[in-house]
Amino acid sequence: MLVKNRNMENTSLESKEVKEVKEVKESKENKEEAKNLKVEVEAENLNFFYGEKQALYSINLKIPEKSVTAFIGPSGCGKSTFLRTLNRMNDIIVSARVEGKILLNNQNIYAPNVDVVDLRRRVGMVFQKSTPFPKSIFDNIVYGIKINKLANSRTELQQMVEQALKQAALWDEVKDRLNDSALALSGGQQQRLCIARTLAVMPEVILMDEPCSALDPIATEKIEELIVELREKYTVIIVTHNMQQASRVSDYTAFFLLGQLIEFDETEKIFTYPKEKKTEDYITGRFG
Amino acid sequence: MENLQEATKTDNLILAPRKKRWLMSPSADKAFHTLTKSLALFLFTLVIALVASMIYNSRLSLSRFGLSFVFSSTWDPVKELFGALPFVYGTLVSSITALIIAIPISLGVAIFLTEECPYKLRPIVLTLVELLAAIPSVAYGLWGIFVLVPFMRNYINPVLEKGLGFLPLFKGPSYGIGLLTSGMILAVMIVPIITAISVNSLNSVLPSQREAALALGATRWEATQIVLLNARSGIIGGIILGLGRALGETMAVTMVIGNRPEISLSLLAPSYTMASVIANEFTEATYDLYLHALIEIAILLFIITFIVQAFAQLLIRQISKGKKS
Ligand SMILES: Nc1ncnc2c1ncn2[C@@H]1O[C@H](COP(=O)(O)OP(=O)(O)OP(=O)(O)O)[C@@H](O)[C@H]1O
Ligand SMILES: [Mg+2]
Repeated sequence: MLVKNRNMENTSLESKEVKEVKEVKESKENKEEAKNLKVEVEAENLNFFYGEKQALYSINLKIPEKSVTAFIGPSGCGKSTFLRTLNRMNDIIVSARVEGKILLNNQNIYAPNVDVVDLRRRVGMVFQKSTPFPKSIFDNIVYGIKINKLANSRTELQQMVEQALKQAALWDEVKDRLNDSALALSGGQQQRLCIARTLAVMPEVILMDEPCSALDPIATEKIEELIVELREKYTVIIVTHNMQQASRVSDYTAFFLLGQLIEFDETEKIFTYPKEKKTEDYITGRFG
Repeated sequence: MENLQEATKTDNLILAPRKKRWLMSPSADKAFHTLTKSLALFLFTLVIALVASMIYNSRLSLSRFGLSFVFSSTWDPVKELFGALPFVYGTLVSSITALIIAIPISLGVAIFLTEECPYKLRPIVLTLVELLAAIPSVAYGLWGIFVLVPFMRNYINPVLEKGLGFLPLFKGPSYGIGLLTSGMILAVMIVPIITAISVNSLNSVLPSQREAALALGATRWEATQIVLLNARSGIIGGIILGLGRALGETMAVTMVIGNRPEISLSLLAPSYTMASVIANEFTEATYDLYLHALIEIAILLFIITFIVQAFAQLLIRQISKGKKS
């Protein structure tokens, strides 16, 4: 369904030839567009260590704003580690050490004067297993708004909660029971609640670490639809083990292997003509 | 060869008809059921017997004073007048004082242990804290008499009297012994319990809860609040356990509380607790009514502890309600 939506222009009844020409033209346009796109997140020669053990090797990467980027790669290759360097979540691991730069809007987030608390508000994160707080649905959303002092009045607060829940396509399901415990929601609803909670603090970038891996196909589809919509306003980076998911939702794909970024390109290219043999092997299921 | 034999042996065992193994037979099932059931019944009967014998052995006091036993504040064995109110008051106030002192300390230590303390030091500090719980209460009592009481008399109480003496709560004169001192000694005794249980429940909170809070732009303390929120039913359980211990503590308290059956609003005044009066006056109870009055106090203590536990269960159930979906 999603695929259909996104390729709407291409599915008209044009003849094959016309379509091909058009596609070539389009991909050229895309390229030019890509050049003009503002880079939101950029990694510069990033090395990462857990104590003595190096987990990431000189990663260089430019992620354009208002796009969806998928990180793929076999288990243990460092996807989560890299994702967590983007909001400095790794700071809380005692042995962790970072070399190199991560630029968010051209500002190095590892510079000494950076306010990590505000950085984490600007770069939201959604986890593999949903993490609702043991509070009511309403208070879950309110939490982030309150700690960041984003609302000036009670009415504004309520509006923000409603807006966040609507954005996360959860409003209709919970509007009559906002005061119920968030833990009473289904797994998929909990995950959307976590997304809503993230949206409520008005981030610029949203990181998602395998957000659907604990969900059934229907809940997964809902989250995927949501991700595609989020692209309008946010830069989304999603770790996934699901190739179909990566191709369905993402504009760009980064393939990691053993702590190295092997290939980063438009998703279509990665899945049709990968430049690297290793990428091809992984995508076609020859290892991993 | 041997291996093969062994293998066939176990195979035989697995394939052996069930009735050959008595433990798996229905009759064994039944025997097990009967055994556990009778053990449970035995325990139940024991409690009933205990209560019944306590009621029987306090019948003189029960029939003579009725409800007024609980509300009368005269305890005068010479005039054969018995009222339990001073002891109820002393028990509750010393225990609550202990809680007020112990809760912040325990939570602070628990948070320090689970968050700030270097990993290598954690087991050492935790063991030290738990060691405090193993010290016999007589030892605490001695320490109370020789160290805490003079310390309170010379340093803490004068300051309290001077600074907060206008409140009835801290009115002098003070002798060092009294409600506040016993509250403090009880606090030292229950801090290890509350700390150990809080550490346990803080450690069992999923790390992703803290990370989720941080990812929303929470400061460290704000994230810790979320962790505390997750651990709250466990922490409350620990507090209730500590309260239970404080209510029933006898030896250490009796050595520092002054053992005077009077109700005074001041924390600096001497007092008396239910457990202490039973222990102290049991041997002096020279006539039946006196003895029966003491046993009635034991019943009261039992009831109060029971109410506290029941209330705690309710509270914890209320809190964890939302967790089940
Ligand atoms: N806290 C940690 N301390 C030490 N090593 C770690 C830690 N977290 C991850 N690692 C190691 O770093 C490497 C990369 O881990 P990471 O979690 O980033 O992989 P991943 O690509 O996300 O894997 P998965 O797909 O299974 O989630 C692994 O070898 C892992 O063992
Ligand atoms: Mg991972």
